[in-house]
Amino acid sequence: MASLKDLRNRIASVKATQKITKAMQMVAAAKLRRAQMAAEAARPYADRLESVLGNIASAVAGGPEAPLLLTGTGKNQTHLLIVLTAERGLCGAFNSSIVRLTRERALALQGQGKTVKIFCVGRKGHEALRRQFERQIVEVVELRANKGVTFADAQAIAEKISSMLAAGEFDVATQFFSRFHSVISQVPTAQQLIPATFPEAKAPAAGAAAVYEYEPEGAEILADLLPRNLAVQIFKALLENGASEQGARMSAMDNATRNAGDMIKKQTLVYNRTRQAQITKELIEIISGAEAL
Amino acid sequence: MATFPFELVSPERLVYSGQVTEVVVPGSEGEFGILAGHAPFVSTLKPGILTIKGDGAPRKLFVRGGFAEANPQGLTVLAETAVPLAELRADNLQQMIRDAQEDVEDARDEATKARRLVVLEQLKSAASAIESDARASH
Repeated sequence: MASLKDLRNRIASVKATQKITKAMQMVAAAKLRRAQMAAEAARPYADRLESVLGNIASAVAGGPEAPLLLTGTGKNQTHLLIVLTAERGLCGAFNSSIVRLTRERALALQGQGKTVKIFCVGRKGHEALRRQFERQIVEVVELRANKGVTFADAQAIAEKISSMLAAGEFDVATQFFSRFHSVISQVPTAQQLIPATFPEAKAPAAGAAAVYEYEPEGAEILADLLPRNLAVQIFKALLENGASEQGARMSAMDNATRNAGDMIKKQTLVYNRTRQAQITKELIEIISGAEAL
Repeated sequence: MATFPFELVSPERLVYSGQVTEVVVPGSEGEFGILAGHAPFVSTLKPGILTIKGDGAPRKLFVRGGFAEANPQGLTVLAETAVPLAELRADNLQQMIRDAQEDVEDARDEATKARRLVVLEQLKSAASAIESDARASH
């Protein structure tokens, strides 16, 4: 049986933990709002770029000079998996669900006899994957030093990927990140980057593309825009990921705070019972001592 | 004068959105002005000054990297960098020029080198354009 002092200490420590989780929850809530705003602010750019690219690509695609970024290498042998995760833990299943999706995909591809290469962005993904896929990890980028992602970060990653493609190190690139739906729901998603895919639904818009005038030529514009598109897609994923991370952390810390509250309640009950039992015991001792006289 | 909707978007945010009468865009094959009812047109950008003319004084911004798309719905400019001229400091631009210079020196093959040289030249001309603009407004 734990003594009263032990119980008191335990309650105090749970209370301290609760304070920390509560603070983390509030910080995550504030950061979530900022991350969401950043994600929303980036949306118009990505949308416009995608629609224009879709127009130009449908006009140029199929040509012999279609750039590598658009068509890929035409093979389907080496897959590059770009894993975007957080730099920090304590955010529920956020990191592990992205890693799980990646792992499943990697094993499935290996099962089909494909070569898998992994590009880790974020420390947590690297830590989780390095045990199983030590030799497949070709590149690790940590975003730790800077607060919040900037477009320059995404650009640096995109440049690395482009140069790897130019060197023929992979045929297909897919990025894994968490799409932000709401505070309680983040969906791990795989998005193919190379060969580039554009929403096909805009077939009527493609007809209108014929009347566009291009300066310089369509193919040249495409060569200029595709690397940009890659960076924008990665940037968008990083921002979505940022919002998802904060959302996941917020709900995880909310749960932790509530659990700590439950624990304090239970421990306090035990503490009070023990204290009363001790008082009763002491009274009985005094009374029976008096009676014996 | 007829107006048309214009949007200037950078990856991080929507920089400008509203009705304007004319926009002068630094296209990679020369500056061009867009008025209401322009034919559908797509052009890439070179580093330079983008001028928005609407109500009041024209607004000038330094833009770099991206493209402009004009269609019947209006004009959209997507720029990687879009900074009001007033906020762009000269040393900032000088830094960009130095970076571009290093890029040229680091280029491994001729094609890359030629491409980067073009960027460097464009940056330099943008810098001189901005300088002369600053002198004109003083």
